[in-house]
Amino acid sequence: MTSRDEVSAAVADAHRREWGFVLAATARVAGSLDVAEECVQDAYGAALDAWLRDGVPRSPGAWLTTTARRRALDVLRREQTLRRKLPLLVDTAPDTASADGGVLDRDRAADGADAIPDDRLRLVFTCCHPALSREAQVALTLRLVCGLTTDEIARAFLVPETTMAARVTRAKKKIAAARIPYRVPAEADLPERLDAVLTVVHLVFTTGHVAPTGADLVRPDLVSRAVDLGRVLRTLMPDEGEVTGLLALMLLTDARRDARSGPDGAVVLLEDQDRARWDQAEIAEGLDLVRTAARAAPGRFLVQAAIAAEHARAASYDRTDWTRILRLYDLLLGLWPSPVVALNRSVAVLMVDGPQAALDEVDALERGGRLDGYRYLAATKADLLRRLGRGPESAAAYREAISLTDNAAERRFLEGRLAEVIPR
Amino acid sequence: MSEYLILIYESEQAYAEGGEQVYGEVMAAHDRFSHQVPELGGKIVGGKALQPTSTATTVRGDVVTDGPFAETKEALGGYYLVEARDLDHALEIAKLCPARFGGVEVRPLMEFPDE
Repeated sequence: MTSRDEVSAAVADAHRREWGFVLAATARVAGSLDVAEECVQDAYGAALDAWLRDGVPRSPGAWLTTTARRRALDVLRREQTLRRKLPLLVDTAPDTASADGGVLDRDRAADGADAIPDDRLRLVFTCCHPALSREAQVALTLRLVCGLTTDEIARAFLVPETTMAARVTRAKKKIAAARIPYRVPAEADLPERLDAVLTVVHLVFTTGHVAPTGADLVRPDLVSRAVDLGRVLRTLMPDEGEVTGLLALMLLTDARRDARSGPDGAVVLLEDQDRARWDQAEIAEGLDLVRTAARAAPGRFLVQAAIAAEHARAASYDRTDWTRILRLYDLLLGLWPSPVVALNRSVAVLMVDGPQAALDEVDALERGGRLDGYRYLAATKADLLRRLGRGPESAAAYREAISLTDNAAERRFLEGRLAEVIPR
Repeated sequence: MSEYLILIYESEQAYAEGGEQVYGEVMAAHDRFSHQVPELGGKIVGGKALQPTSTATTVRGDVVTDGPFAETKEALGGYYLVEARDLDHALEIAKLCPARFGGVEVRPLMEFPDE
């Protein structure tokens, strides 16, 4: 006899692990993301009683998919018109980038006898379609692929729930009305389309890694959702170097989570972190992924992962191979000419060529104007001026950085540094 | 197949400055486009070029005023009505649509249940 607690835990676990799989497979049958969502919701609701009665099935995902798809077929029978009214465009041609090749007959699907195709790639690419705004892509991915509620997504991105609900509704309407297809893009479009998907996942990760506002530095819920998504993508596209690179980057960065803040929640820089507190399991997995992808063409996530790997391997900040890191940043800048990358590169310049060389580069970036209002530009400049003993200029830069920072932990750190450089 | 309207927004100034030669080149590009669409598996259902916004008249309620509905740097100068399989297909077509002094907007047409 299975206890209620065990069953509840199994349902919660299946929600977390299988939501995207169940929804993606149901959407194919339902012909509508809205109908699919309702049916999947119902299936999870029905699971509690059914599993209490019959025990937790060996494959909860398959049980939930079969149940949700049956409900979808019922809905379709009841509402005959739904099919004609802008159905989700399921492309039945074999996918170029996924292992799933076949068309699944609707009635056979309802029997649940056949293997359920993994449609999560279709779902991810539909959620991250370039015709949707970046904000909508993020919201849809968290909602449909990860199964977060609108309220949870709204809280994560600090917008009112009504705003987030409207955003999700608008995006789903556009998918139906503009006929955004439910398919994995063709080979020729894949690099660009994949980049959008990876950008969305990375955005979820960075929003969690340094919360833009609020009391805590890290939002662990968002970080682990992003890592989960990264793992799913890697399972679905094991040969894409950038997919591997992104997962490695997230693991190697998140490995430092516990060491990044002190007991009082204050920020601890990489330079001062207790490396014994780095998560060795995440580092091992991340390093392994970087090795696996070594022969793939270098992309921006893979090169960033390689930089993170250098830090992870180093015994200390001073004994880090900064020359190699600088070379990797040069490579990264070539692939991705972003002023933020150039700013991060200045840290490697500092370690290889000293603070004056680094400051020259940061000054040039400031004159370029593309980083106006970016808090890390002011903070980097303040740090370099501090190292050069130019106290008053450093203080001015720290004040500017503080005025641009809404994260309480980062503010406290900058205020501490400001107090150090103010001449007494 | 679904219907999409491709709205061409371009700078009128650029055409005014470009003269006959530019006009001829653009016409030739539109002629090429009309052949490219069927090659891509789409269909041009209709399309027209508009007279410049200096010829436009706006009516709001009873009030008639000279000029376009909204003053913008790039103005609606023409359109195509096309049939495409889905948005990806429509965007593939739209990328080939000539609009050297601006860009195009792709809008799905409303579909009514009993048409």
